[in-house]
Amino acid sequence: MSVLVNSTINGDNVSFSCDADETLMDALRNRVGLKGVKEGCGTGDCGACSIRLDGALVCSCLVLGAEAEGRTVETVEGMSNGAELHVLQTKFLEHAALQCGICTPGFLIAAQTLLEKNPSPTETEIRYALAGNLCRCTGYDKIVRAVQDAAVVMKKGRKK
Amino acid sequence: MNKETKFTERTFKSVGTRPVRPDGVDKVTGRARYGADYDMPGQLIGLMLRSPHAHATIKKIDTSAAEQLPGVKAVVTSKDLPDLTDGDTDLKCILENSMARKKAFYDGHAVAAVAAVDMPTAKAALKLINVEYKIHKHVTDVDKAADPKAPVLHKDCFTKGVEPAPVKPSNIAASSEFGHGDVGKGFDDADFVVERNFRTEQTHQGYIEPHACVASVSPDGSGELWVCTQGHFVFRQQCAQLLGMDMAKLRVTSSEIGGGFGGKTHLWLEPVALALSRKANLPVKLTMTREDVFRASGPTSATSIDIKIGIKNDGTITAGEATLRYTSGPWKGSWAMLGAMTAFACYDLENVKTTGLEILVNRPKTTAYRAPSAPMAAFAVESVIDELAGKIGRDPVAVRIQNAAKEGTQSSYGPVYGPIGIGPTLEAAAKHPHMSAPLGENQGRGMACGFWFNFGGQSCTHINIDIDGTVTLTVGTIDVGGARASLSLVVAEELGINYEQVKTVIGDTGNLGYNEMTDGSRGTFASSMSAIMSARKAIEELKQRAAMMWDVSVDEVSWEDGHARATGNSNLPPLSIAEIAAGAGKTGGPIAGHTELNADGAGVSFATHICDVEVDPETGLTRVIRYTVIQDAGKAVHPTYVEGQFQGGATQGIGWALNEEYIYGDDGRLQNPGFLDYRIPVCSDLPMIDTQILEIPNPNHPYGIRGVGETSIVPPLAAIANAVSNASGVRMTHVPMSPPRILAAIEEAETTTA
Repeated sequence: MSVLVNSTINGDNVSFSCDADETLMDALRNRVGLKGVKEGCGTGDCGACSIRLDGALVCSCLVLGAEAEGRTVETVEGMSNGAELHVLQTKFLEHAALQCGICTPGFLIAAQTLLEKNPSPTETEIRYALAGNLCRCTGYDKIVRAVQDAAVVMKKGRKK
Repeated sequence: MNKETKFTERTFKSVGTRPVRPDGVDKVTGRARYGADYDMPGQLIGLMLRSPHAHATIKKIDTSAAEQLPGVKAVVTSKDLPDLTDGDTDLKCILENSMARKKAFYDGHAVAAVAAVDMPTAKAALKLINVEYKIHKHVTDVDKAADPKAPVLHKDCFTKGVEPAPVKPSNIAASSEFGHGDVGKGFDDADFVVERNFRTEQTHQGYIEPHACVASVSPDGSGELWVCTQGHFVFRQQCAQLLGMDMAKLRVTSSEIGGGFGGKTHLWLEPVALALSRKANLPVKLTMTREDVFRASGPTSATSIDIKIGIKNDGTITAGEATLRYTSGPWKGSWAMLGAMTAFACYDLENVKTTGLEILVNRPKTTAYRAPSAPMAAFAVESVIDELAGKIGRDPVAVRIQNAAKEGTQSSYGPVYGPIGIGPTLEAAAKHPHMSAPLGENQGRGMACGFWFNFGGQSCTHINIDIDGTVTLTVGTIDVGGARASLSLVVAEELGINYEQVKTVIGDTGNLGYNEMTDGSRGTFASSMSAIMSARKAIEELKQRAAMMWDVSVDEVSWEDGHARATGNSNLPPLSIAEIAAGAGKTGGPIAGHTELNADGAGVSFATHICDVEVDPETGLTRVIRYTVIQDAGKAVHPTYVEGQFQGGATQGIGWALNEEYIYGDDGRLQNPGFLDYRIPVCSDLPMIDTQILEIPNPNHPYGIRGVGETSIVPPLAAIANAVSNASGVRMTHVPMSPPRILAAIEEAETTTA
């Protein structure tokens, strides 16, 4: 059975239809075409499909597509302001906080959520905030440094 | 080897800098296309049916009901993949693993597959396939499988490499021996001998991207395969052979790859996707779930290693001997052989002997995992060397320095070493501030060394000088973690232009000659060697064109900083690469440089790791609180990505040492095929991973480059075990050192003391 879903995705009103038992991850990837939402496990263990639903960080593989009805969805595709990258995106590049890059969209969304709640996180707070996102390439060192650096730049930006 | 590839000392301008990678923006914006991100018009969805049994004969498969389900376009079994392997036993194992033939050999072994219009239909079709099994006794444990009483997987398996050949079949598929000298005499000369058994459990590469491909075979016999792979040329060759296709007619494009670490060097579902597409006459997308990845794609070996090392009071290691049993899944591999080759490779030993035994078990087919087989052997050797250093009251670093291999040492696996980095990494460790930092309660420090061969092999690259003076480098080795940045730097260096002027792309199998995989830490080593040669050919062409433009002899043209200079006539202003390229149409057409070569002399790699842990004596939980990697890179082309390789490998080793293991039930089924129960390190488990890059030039590469990707996973198992031993007083001989194992060891030690 198909359901028609109306939601706001990355600022735009979007309608899509999906099966009643289809995950939001599959709907975003296969119905809306947002392939930046990655599937690493499908069971909420790896965080590669992290998105924000009404501002809350969720694994989109654990949400049904139908649950996005009337709600706001944010994915990595909506993170930059046009051609201007988000500070986190820039810092991930500068610090080489990605090797293969498959986990990167999820990390960026998780880090963005952290820094909005806590603009000056300690290293430990960063590590725990990102503990739901698995990276197998980097050992997390450069990811943590990128988030630390982004936090400093974003704070300076707010003071101006 | 071409003498032009020999190292020459130079001052670098681009190489050694740290620019942003060319594929970076795509990867932080969601644009980059990985295996599952690509769709072909009209594609079907494929799904595999997998055996729930560890060891069973397939008596009958009835696919008729599935075939009749509306929306199902093809159902395939092993009958649709006839054996075309023509005596190639390695390829036959790949075929048998792709789709079970007479027997299913492990929980998760594919037995049938469907292609349907959508996922719900494909799922419904799988349920309609009826497989009749005859279940056999199974064996998953390495030592039990080696026992003569174990259920035998293959009745025609007689141990290879032993004389006389056995008359009874067994699960010991092969034996290989390495070494020199007389170990018996060596042990007689020793003041102390330690002999122990070490066990390591099976781990998975754990790449975050599951295997995925889209296959399309058209009625004219041509085909396309989009796939996440570490080697699309190898995949094309093997798929074409297995499907009976002409190689030239199968075009394989590598997607961006979401991690591989060796696990994407092997075909898993690609031949089946092609068979489905051929039968359905439509493109088919086939992906693995995470559970499929764990149950049915290449984990590493589980091992049991008997080791014996002797030492004199003066610190000289007199002999080393090891018997290494490595599981290879249901078919013979070369994993124990690699363990036997690498075990003692760090040391200069007069007497050494290693025997590797390939053990068949009812587990998925083992494939490479970063420096395959070396971490387990190093765990055994480096643990015992630490113990021996303790017995003679010497510092473990000093003992290793005393016995370290050096230039001219005959390695334990045969070859004589050139200039190598084991001594320098140890000296750097001895001087590192980490070594003398204070430790707290329940904390301990450990260190260990590691070795990997590195590999070169067949490579082919192409450079195009575009008419605006920008440069495209096309390579055939896929980029697992920044190689496009490194290769662009190398071309910029050679041509004397800016990094931003060079774009490196990965060609598909239709663009270039055969390239071996990105494995063996060869990607940057081999492709950079080929790229340098391509750039040098392009420079020769650029000089010719400049000579034409100036109407002088080419002998009077030099190349410097991206410009042609007329050496005999100072009135002629230099011509930039852009100026020469702009006129290419009038001076002979496009300007390019092409190279194909066999990159020899990869240059062996060594590392020393230092690690501090804290062991909770009440729970057995171990935390890594400080970690330092010191490794020789030859020449670090992009130091940030070199650091990344060091940090990533160390972290995988930390996971292997402390958490990760395949757990099989008595029924032979994998009990933890997911990231919840197979726990890889997460961000909050770890400290920063410090790195120190040493640069001991590889004499066989023009820039001195060595591979850097793999060695970093070799020392952690032993470094952590040695740290745990110093923190808690117990010698751990079984990896992973999970809390229950550490607690049991602590309690046993307390009981013994009491």
